Amino acid sequence: MKKLINNPRSVVAESLEGFGLAHHELVQIHLDPDYVLRRDVPVEGRVGLVSGGGSGHEPLHGGYVGRGMLTAAVPGPVFTSPTPDQILPAIVKSDSGSGVLLVVKNYTGDVLNFETAAELAAVEGIDVRTVVVNDDVAVEDSLYTAGRRGVAGTVLLERIAGGAADRGDDLGKVAEIAERVNANVRSMGVALAPCTVPHAGEPSFTLAEDEIEMGVGIHGEPGRHRVAMTNADSITDQLMEPVLSDLGVASGDRVLLFVNGMGGTPLSELYIVYRRAAKILEERGARVERSLVGNYITALEMEGASVTVLRLDDEMTELWDSPVNTPALRWGV
Amino acid sequence: MALDAAWADKWMRLSAAALSENRQRLTTLDREIGDADHGENMERGFSAVVEKLEADGVPETPGAVFKTTAMTLMSKVGGAAGPLYGTAFLRASTAAGTAPVLGPAELVAVLAAARDGIVARGKAEPGDKTMIDAWTPAVDAAATAESAGSGPVEILTAAANAAEAGLAGTEPLVARKGRASYLGERSAGHLDPGAASTALILHAAVSAAEAAA
Repeated sequence: MKKLINNPRSVVAESLEGFGLAHHELVQIHLDPDYVLRRDVPVEGRVGLVSGGGSGHEPLHGGYVGRGMLTAAVPGPVFTSPTPDQILPAIVKSDSGSGVLLVVKNYTGDVLNFETAAELAAVEGIDVRTVVVNDDVAVEDSLYTAGRRGVAGTVLLERIAGGAADRGDDLGKVAEIAERVNANVRSMGVALAPCTVPHAGEPSFTLAEDEIEMGVGIHGEPGRHRVAMTNADSITDQLMEPVLSDLGVASGDRVLLFVNGMGGTPLSELYIVYRRAAKILEERGARVERSLVGNYITALEMEGASVTVLRLDDEMTELWDSPVNTPALRWGV
Repeated sequence: MALDAAWADKWMRLSAAALSENRQRLTTLDREIGDADHGENMERGFSAVVEKLEADGVPETPGAVFKTTAMTLMSKVGGAAGPLYGTAFLRASTAAGTAPVLGPAELVAVLAAARDGIVARGKAEPGDKTMIDAWTPAVDAAATAESAGSGPVEILTAAANAAEAGLAGTEPLVARKGRASYLGERSAGHLDPGAASTALILHAAVSAAEAAA
């Protein structure tokens, strides 16, 4: 394992310290327990938006703290959900009296820890609602699995719900918009090569030179099956087909197309995937009205990408375009 | 020999030592079907429990030891294991109440409450390839031993051995809960890391009871 680290156990804390120094005008860092807050919390008259999860997915979630997105982000250890004693103070400091919406990705650990924190916050008299993101079509949602995972759609949901909170919508309305985004967003990912969790010291999985893992989550954990390595267009076809059939994209639909890198794939390759995905949507008669391409929710240095399609309506589009000022996403300011 | 606060304290220390020794093994099991953090998380959590017990001194009852353990695990472990083991020890604490010493019937009640807490939090059933596949046979074996008139060491030994057998039984199963469930059929052929840590913790309870004998 070769990594730019000092000690596997201090990766999260040292990374957070650097993040806080680099973006001190936007965020404040709290260490032990670890959480990231907007510089100006609590924002009076505004619903708080709190998210979090394991570290290693940067810029998610800390990179999305700021105006028009998250009020607070709670990073756990690498690929491990944060604990309730971290999440609770982040909720308390994000609450201006208007309540707090928790954005939780559907992973067993994240759900259990945020559920506990939400119960504790309710005891303290804070109005808390939760939306569980489950946009990953690679996992069958049935009684016999933990359900569909929350992956790249989380970034889009945080932006749009954050826009709603920023314009002053009440908690019920912000939660309703967040649920609407979740109902209209689908993702599917692929891994070409694994990543190495610093404290594990070895790659999380192995892939032969000629095989790829279709339907990975954001930790490289599989969803569908291993297939033979092929060209970018064919891989993109395999990613888009389940996304579009699950979402039921029809002619005339307006969509946001998001191609996300997992951390180890260059932008040039992401644009090659985008090119094919946009063409597939065009052939379906859908209009790509907004786009996002880049490393926005990663899996350390894993090679791979995911495609996400969000079916837009007027309100979602307006909120997407509204001003946002965070370390990782910034426009209109 | 008595299952008093000193036993509970020793149990937690021996658990911490066993989890530390087996950190790499648990992480490897987890890497195969999960996300490669179980060993790291369990070692971090139980080391924190030992630090807390050393800082605060040994509490007066087994229930109080379990409560300290529960609160520390919930705040230090994260992942799914933190809430699951945290809830287990919280329920164990409630079942133990303020009794200074646990008798055989109380011991079985404590183990059953721990198991029930994990079921309530994680909503897993036997056969889902989770720590419940170690806990359920352990509680059953403990109850059988207790009704046969066994003492605490025999009850705990029966529980730990049943957990070990339950762990072995997870190997052919297809995971239906947690991150391993994403592997589907490919999760078969691997031991469940949560069942492995459960077996270690129950074996530590036996060693603590033997040491107290």
